[in-house]
Amino acid sequence: MLIEIRKQAFDPWREVSYHEKNPQLHPGSYGACAAFVGTMRDFNLGENVQAMQLEHYAGMTEHQLAKIADQALIKHRLLDLIILHRAGTIRPNDPIVLVATWSAHRDAAFGGCQEIMEYLKSKATFWKKETLASGQRWVEQGTPGRPPPRRQG
Amino acid sequence: MSITVRFFASLREELGINQKSVHHTCALTIEDVWRDIARRPPPKNLLCAVNHEYAGFGQRLEDGDEVAFFPPVNGG
Repeated sequence: MLIEIRKQAFDPWREVSYHEKNPQLHPGSYGACAAFVGTMRDFNLGENVQAMQLEHYAGMTEHQLAKIADQALIKHRLLDLIILHRAGTIRPNDPIVLVATWSAHRDAAFGGCQEIMEYLKSKATFWKKETLASGQRWVEQGTPGRPPPRRQG
Repeated sequence: MSITVRFFASLREELGINQKSVHHTCALTIEDVWRDIARRPPPKNLLCAVNHEYAGFGQRLEDGDEVAFFPPVNGG
C-alpha cells in the first residue's frame, strides 16, 4: 500500500507498474486494477490558469488518507491500493492525484477507487490557489462528483 | 489550559494568522476560541477540526488540543 503526499511531479503510470512489482501483490492474485488520474486543467471558471498552489493540513491530511484507505480496503475487499497526491506548485497537465485499487473483480476495484476519490474531493484537507494572468484566487468549489453506484444483490 | 489554534488557506490570509496559542483558566468551546481570535462572526462555510478530526463549533476543548479553522476543502 502506498499513501503519500508528494511535493515533486510524478508519472502515475510508472507508479502503477512499479507498484505491481511489489511482492505483496502476487501475480495471479488480482483480476482487476482501477486507476484514476486527476491532472491540472489550464482553464477554470472561464479563465486561463497558469499554475496552482496546493496547500494541505500536514498531519490531518495524512491521518485522513490512512483512514479512508483502511475503510476502502475492508469495505471493498481490496488487495492493495495507491493514494498519491501532489502538494506545492503544480503546472497545467501535471498529475495532481493518482488513486489505484487492486482486487479480485472489477466491481470492487471501481467501487473502492471511486469512494476514495469522492472522499479526497469532499473531505480531505487540501486547498487550491490558482495563478491567473490577473492575479491569484482560491478555488472554493470543486466539480460535482457522484455517489458510488449501488451494489447489485 | 493551553490550546494551539491554526488557520488555513484563504482564512489564514484574511485573518493574517497562521498559528496562535490560547491560554485560558476556564472551559472553552471551539466557538469561544473563534470569537477570541477572529473577533468577527464565523463565515457560513467555516469548517473546523480538533486534533485532526472534523468537529462541531460547540465542541468542548481540553488542555493541549489543536484546533484548526479552514474554508471548504478541494482536493483531487
